[in-house]
Amino acid sequence: MQQTGMLGEDGIHIDMNHLKSGEVNLGTSIMAINFKDGVILGADSRTTTGAYIANRVTDKLTQVHDTIWCCRSGSAADTQAVADIVQYHLGMYGVTNDEPPTTQTAAALFQELCYENKDSLSAGIIIAGWDHRHGGQVYAIPLGGSLHKQAYSIGGSGSTYIYGYCDANWREGMSEQEGIAFVKGALQEAIKWDGSSGGVIRMVVLTAKGAVRHLYLPDRNYEGPGTDKP
Amino acid sequence: MTSIGTGYDLSNSVFSPDGRNFQVEYAVKAVENGGTAIGIRCKDGVVLALEKLVTSKLLKKDANKRIATVDRNAGVVHSGLLPDGRHFVSRARDEASSWRGTYKAPIPGSALANRMGAYVQAYTLYNSVRPFGITAIIGGYDAETELSVDGAVGNGPKVGAGGKTQGVKEGGPFLYMVEPSGLYWGYYGAATGKGRQAAKAELEKLKLDPKEGNCISLEEGVKEAARIIYVAHEDSKDKEFELEMTWISSMSGPTKGRHEEVPKALREEAERLAKKSMEGEEEEEEKMEG
Repeated sequence: MQQTGMLGEDGIHIDMNHLKSGEVNLGTSIMAINFKDGVILGADSRTTTGAYIANRVTDKLTQVHDTIWCCRSGSAADTQAVADIVQYHLGMYGVTNDEPPTTQTAAALFQELCYENKDSLSAGIIIAGWDHRHGGQVYAIPLGGSLHKQAYSIGGSGSTYIYGYCDANWREGMSEQEGIAFVKGALQEAIKWDGSSGGVIRMVVLTAKGAVRHLYLPDRNYEGPGTDKP
Repeated sequence: MTSIGTGYDLSNSVFSPDGRNFQVEYAVKAVENGGTAIGIRCKDGVVLALEKLVTSKLLKKDANKRIATVDRNAGVVHSGLLPDGRHFVSRARDEASSWRGTYKAPIPGSALANRMGAYVQAYTLYNSVRPFGITAIIGGYDAETELSVDGAVGNGPKVGAGGKTQGVKEGGPFLYMVEPSGLYWGYYGAATGKGRQAAKAELEKLKLDPKEGNCISLEEGVKEAARIIYVAHEDSKDKEFELEMTWISSMSGPTKGRHEEVPKALREEAERLAKKSMEGEEEEEEKMEG
């Protein structure tokens, strides 16, 4: 039987040696949620090469358009390349069609790239965006390149530890503060239990007002500094 | 006839000294001989109508359709050289399908018109080709409701996505007309072909500006379209013709967002009213004389 991406012959087990030696991996905890006014993306900041932490303050939240962002997990090189391509296409879309692309457009582009190149990519991407017409939206593209619209989405190795937490604490229509607390609480747990997640917690809040970055440091018990914008 | 023997009308890629491209102007002449085609952009949809001149008694009635569907939500009617129209339609379908391939969503009317305009324009640039002998009217409906990404699974939050800007309306009916030069504009009402002058005069009488309110409805549009085609046919009364009509509404309207033929019963009713109004006008004229 032919191998499909990283999945083994049985279709269940993952080939743990799929990484080339020295390949940089995002052993990661990422998530994105819908809330009352838009979406919030969140991620840890650990990048590993095997057991070595190649970067402890990585930015896994990548902008592909004004208020369309993505969380990257898997190979750092692969996901950066895919995000770059999508960013280019969304930029072109904006100028040629005289209107900003929607989150759907971004999701469709990401999916096409991830699906058509599934055999050579290891990329698990969450797309979250805000636009006038649809408000906030969250899409997940896991390893095989399928596309899922979700109320909230979690991904990366750390996400396995927080399925229970998220299921128990998730509510629809949360306020911004509640949403930030939810994402922060979930990521703290993921970082606590997952050896390949760690460092700071980064967030991006996407609403009608635009994109606002947040930062929460472990030595401040993840309470600050938050954002420099009021 | 326009300037015979200047030589500047022999090739596409050559301007005349006063900056004209004669080949394109001749293409417009080809369009002016075709049956009248019109499009009306109503409040809740678009109607396309065509005066199909019967060239032979041997042709099967109601067969040989001329208004084409390009994607689920868009249609094209054209006037002029038929085979050129077929090629135009084929290209429009390719554009619509290529857009779907890339963006997993139906092509917006503005983008379709833009691409078809660019395509037609390219046929005015090279002396190995001739311009399109048609003027095409593209009509359709950009969905106002949220469409899911083709092939995506799941619905997101039950209560709907948060943070939508209230009062923002996107999508709606669209109508564009592409000329042989590649020039295209968006219209409330468009007409081309032999009876275009009469048709335009009638279209201008209709309330079609959505901003002014009391813009005509799709059902009224169907009746007006039929009447206008009959009015436009007045000058070539001796020739027989068939009326072909298609329409498209929003997802909540009668066609459920699809471009399709106007149902036979409705079309026949519209034709009956059209004939009646024509008779009425004749009577009035007689009274004036008397």
